[in-house]
Formats: sequence, structure tokens, C-alpha cells
Amino acid sequence: MNSEITGVVLIFLLTVILAYPLGKYIARVFAGEKTITGFMNPLEKFIFRISGINPRKSMNWKQFLKAMLTINLLWLVYGMFLLIFQDKLPLNPDGNPGQTPDLAFNTAISFLVNCNLQHYSGESGLTYFTQLFVVTFLQFVSAATGIAVMMALFNGLKEKTSNNLGNFWNYFVKSITRILLPLSIIVAVILAFNGTPTSYEGKDSIVTLQGDSVQVSRGPAAGMIAIKQLGTNGGGWFGVNSAHPLENPNYLTNAVETISILVIPIALVFALGFYINKRKLANVIFAVMTFLFVIFCAITVYYETKGNPAIDQLGIAQTAGSMEGKEVRLGAAATAFWSVATTSTSNGSVNGMHDSLTPVSGGVVILDMMINALYGGVGVGLLNYFIFIIIAVFISGLMVGRTPEFMGHKVEAREVKIAALVTLLSAFLIKGFTALAAYMVAHHPDIAWQVKPGAWLNNPSYHGFSEMLYEFTSANANNGSGFEGLGDNNIFWNVTTGIVLILGRYLPIIAPVAIIGLLAKKKFIPESPGTLRTDSGTFGVMTLAVIIIITALSYLPALALGPLAEYFSLY
Amino acid sequence: MIILCAVLYPLLIAGIGKVAPGGGKGETVSVNGKVVGYEKIGQRFTNDNYFWGRPSAVDYNAAGSAGSNKGPSNPDYLQLVKDRIDSFLVHNPGIKKEEIPADLVTASGSGLDPHISPAAAYVQVKRIATVRGIAENKVRALVDRQVEKTVLGPSVVNVLKINIALDNLK
Repeated sequence: MNSEITGVVLIFLLTVILAYPLGKYIARVFAGEKTITGFMNPLEKFIFRISGINPRKSMNWKQFLKAMLTINLLWLVYGMFLLIFQDKLPLNPDGNPGQTPDLAFNTAISFLVNCNLQHYSGESGLTYFTQLFVVTFLQFVSAATGIAVMMALFNGLKEKTSNNLGNFWNYFVKSITRILLPLSIIVAVILAFNGTPTSYEGKDSIVTLQGDSVQVSRGPAAGMIAIKQLGTNGGGWFGVNSAHPLENPNYLTNAVETISILVIPIALVFALGFYINKRKLANVIFAVMTFLFVIFCAITVYYETKGNPAIDQLGIAQTAGSMEGKEVRLGAAATAFWSVATTSTSNGSVNGMHDSLTPVSGGVVILDMMINALYGGVGVGLLNYFIFIIIAVFISGLMVGRTPEFMGHKVEAREVKIAALVTLLSAFLIKGFTALAAYMVAHHPDIAWQVKPGAWLNNPSYHGFSEMLYEFTSANANNGSGFEGLGDNNIFWNVTTGIVLILGRYLPIIAPVAIIGLLAKKKFIPESPGTLRTDSGTFGVMTLAVIIIITALSYLPALALGPLAEYFSLY
Repeated sequence: MIILCAVLYPLLIAGIGKVAPGGGKGETVSVNGKVVGYEKIGQRFTNDNYFWGRPSAVDYNAAGSAGSNKGPSNPDYLQLVKDRIDSFLVHNPGIKKEEIPADLVTASGSGLDPHISPAAAYVQVKRIATVRGIAENKVRALVDRQVEKTVLGPSVVNVLKINIALDNLK
């Protein structure tokens, strides 16, 4: 058990050690400096030429968002179309059917917005064609979209007074060719050599040693698994994601996949420091994020390795920790660490079933998604954190009685209003929709729907409430993991989470880009002794306080009804 | 971009996968030339003369995969675990409750977990020795040999492999 905890600590340290140089590299790529991936240059030029893009054309915040939203809409139509008609397309060795329109709507959106909520199981709900042309493709481009909009933020912070936030297409293409694709190839090869399938052959039928006839699902999974981890996508090839022994064959691959979840989000924090040449600011942001992250990990690892008290009462030996929904080769500690890593970063892949986590761990991972800015999804995590910074700047300004400033620009009513609205919107979406779902379960359990609300939940009482709360929190955070006991492949859940997905993705992207666009336009005020220093430890603590206060005020009542209530019923 | 991400990239990985163990199709295990399973996919073992694996929410049919998704406080679930414990005690006379490791009576995340913990193998030694009429210390030695250690992760026993080795044990 102790060696498992050492394992977790080492994995985290190794991630940070890898993330630092990667951050430096990313900053160089986007600054247009020479890097070791210079050989990609001809490929990029070719892509720009055939799509008629001038990568040097500058964009203001409105043009930037327009480019981003247009291409996203196009992908949505493309994805839905392929999913509905996948049974008529090639590469379907298992003869899987097309998706229903509501499921296709949910699936296409969910991969488009980097969420990867999956209301189907990969083995039977998709074909190899859609796994590659919809899922894998969207996993690359949605991650690249996140990084590209983050670059708008970086540029806004870097320039003194400017309308230019850089070129969306330039950042988008380079995110794929210089960052996501090379790293994915490395990870995919490691997986392939540890037993993850890569060939296009369909299901195999075998007779087991004891004489049962069973089938084994396979497919070209390794490449997709690599990008799902690296791009904070999280949607797995197989239904149970990285708990599946072919998706995550051993302790080594588990370490590699865990590092892949965290490495780009952490690297982007460092990249901010290198790119705008304010290393201290990046370090403070990293410290705040890591502080909460480590606390969350410690709590989760403690409760998972300690085990379920209700199982203890049955009188058996629970030395390995709470093993329901976990895999023996990975162990309780590594699964607990993964659960925090995946919810911090809006990744959403799992290597054990979150529905079976002990109550406190379940509560921590929900809380983690409510904050959604501890490293966060690739690119968008920093945008979310930026909203917290704006609010912290505003509150500090009020405390000292000065007009708040951030990076030499006055933060005025308009910007603060946008930031506050975005923060409140998340709470409104999560709690509003959970309340609606809970109302249906409690008051209309037998309504004549395709799946009756009374049959949605896999667990009674407090835990059942947590299942619904988790689902909407995950959708809003674009996380994609679930308390998978929830019966969510029906019109109610496909449509409601689809709406939450869109709002939870695009508004938190549009708002910070708009804020930075507005800020960057303003007159630059040079620093003076009276300026609030945002790269100081004090301001870091201030931001931390803002994060904790906002989240506690917004969500504590909801958490009290689910995980906390379950905790007090068990301990 | 579609061609790059959805065609070239998976083809490249599939190409590299060909030289990996199992040729990218998953590593199989054969007995006398006949494929009896995949090394990494667990199988159902219910007969008393084999080592049992963990309970599975999909009954070890790897066409799909699933965990039980039971919450820790669910009374039905706790009753189920209790039934599994009782059933284990019936099949393994002489074993005390507190010797049963939790992984033997809780469902895995994938429903296809190919492993059990070493403790879960040792606790079954007595039953298997009795049913098969082999000396207990011989079966225990077999478990000793089948425990796979990793540097930091948990030690495991591959259930399919140990059962094949068990069939070969004289």
C-alpha cells in the first residue's frame, strides 16, 4: 500500500518535471521561434495553402471568435451526420447500428466541446469509421480549439494596447502539428507495445478454458486512447474507458496515461509565463492550482485506500482499499489519483467506476469539476482561471479603494459583469437542471417516457441524487466522466445535457476572450508603487480565497444533499 | 486535417502495432495450439477446481464492458456482497471470513479484470488442493510462482494463466 502511494507521488512529480520544458517548447512554437518540430513546416504550409488561410492575418476578438464558432458549427453537422448513418458506412466489422438522432446530437456535441460525455458504449454504439472520423478527429480539433483560444488570452495579456489577438487558424493548426500529434504518437506507441490493440479487425470469438463462448471487442484503439488522454477529451474506445484491460493494460500504461492527462494543462500554465515573459505570474497560478489539487488528491487517496466502512462491517479483509469498481492491477491509490486528475483537467476518462467511489471522494471529484480550473482542460482551464483572477482583482480593488487594474489595463464594470455572469451561469445550469431531474424522479417517476424517470437511477437515496448532480456538473465542466449507473441514453438526458454542454463550453470561452479583447484595447497604464501586483503570493492567496468562496457559496447546499449526506449515513 | 487525424495517424499506429507483441490484435493464450483466451481479458471461472476471478457486471463477455456502478451505501449492493461472502464460505470450508480479501467479492471496474490479488489466490489454495487431490504446498508453490510483481503498483495473479498452469500441475 505504501509503495502505491509512493507511486502516485512519483507520477505527479514526473508530470511536473515533464511539463516545465514542454511549456517552454509550446511558448516557443507560438512565438514562431525555431523548435525541434521545424520539419512540420512544409505540412503546415500545405494545409494553409489548400484551405486558403493567411496565418499572419491579425484578428480582433470578434473575428477570432467568429472563426472559432463557424468551424465548430460545421464540425457539429459533420459529426451528427456520420453518427446517424454510421451503419451504412465502411469499417463496421461488428455490424453496429446507426445512432438515434438524440444520441447523435449528444455525442457530436459532446466530442465537439471536448467533453466526451458518452451515453453509448464504444463496443456497440460506434463503428471503427466513426471512432476515427468523428471521435478521434474531434478529439484532436476540440483540444486544438481550446489551445487556440487560450492563445488569444496570451496575446491580449502580452500586448500593451492592441486589437490583435493573433490568428485563430495559425494557432489551431500548429496545436495539432506541433503539440498534439507528436505527443499522441509517442503515447500510442507505448500503449501498442503494452498490449493495446491497433489493428482494424473486428470482434473475436473464443471458447474459454472453462468452456464458455464469449466475444472480445478490439479495434484500432491505441491512437485514439493517446489523444483522448492528451487532449483532455476523455472519451474512451471501450465502454469502461481506461478501466478496460485492453485500454489500460498495466501499471506502466496507467502511469503514462495519468501523466498524459495532466502534462499539457500544466505545461500551458508554464507556457503563459514564458510567452508573456511573466514567469512569476505563472508560478503563482501554478502554486494556487497545485495547492488545491494536492489537497484533493490526499483526501481521495486516503478514503479510497481506507475502504468502504459498510464493507468492513461485513467482516472481510479490505486491506487493498475500496475495490468495488476498481481494477486489481491498478490498485486503489492510483485510481483515486486518476479520479482527481481527470476531474481537475476536464478530461473525464476514468480507470475505475466513479459511481462506486466512497462518498467523500465522490464529493471531491464533483467539487473539482465545479471549480474546473485546477489546471483545467487544455487551453480552457486557464480561461476559467482568468475569470477568477478578474473577480479577485475587482474585489481587491474594492478592498483598497482603487480602480482595479490587471496587467496595466483598467478592469471596469463591463468586464466584471461578464466575469460574474459566467460564474453564476455555471451554478445556475448545474443546479437548475439537477433540480429539474430530481423533480421528475420524485414526482413523476412513472411518466410515460422512453425510460421512466423512476428507472433512471442505479442507486437509491443520497447516492442517486449524486448521480444526477454529477452528470450535469460533468456536462457543464465539459468533463465527460459520469456516475455511470445513471440511465442516460434517452431523450431527456441526451437533450438536457446537450444544452448544458453547449452553454458550458462556449460561454466560458466567449466571455474571457471578450474580456481580454476589451482590456487589450484600453490605454496601457505603466506600473507604479500603487499598482496591485498580480504576480505576488498575496494575490495568489486572494485568488484562492475567491475560488473557495464562490464555489462554496454556489455549491455547498447541493453537495450537502448528495455526497455529504451519504457520508454521514455511512460513517 | 481529417485525413491527417483520422486516416494517416491511425494507419501509422496500426503499422507500428504490427511489430508489437500480438501484432496489434491483442495477445492470445493457447493451450495445445488452441486459443483459449486473451492474456489481458479476464474469464469466468466458477468451477471449484479452478481459481476464481472477481465478480463481473458483464459476466466476463468481452463483447462489452461495465462496472456494477453500485454506490457504497446501496443496501441491495451490500446484501449482494454479503451473499457472495456466504457463498464463498460454503465452497471453501475452513476459511474464516476475515481471510477473504475484498477484491474477491466486489465487482471490478471493467467487468473483465484478468487479475486477482495474491491474497485472493492464497485463500483458494485449500479448496483447490482438496478438489484436485494435490498437496496443498504444491498449489501454494504454484501461486508463489504466478505472483507478478511491479515496482510500485500492486502485485497481481493472472487468473487465466494460473489456471492453465494448474491444469498442467501433476
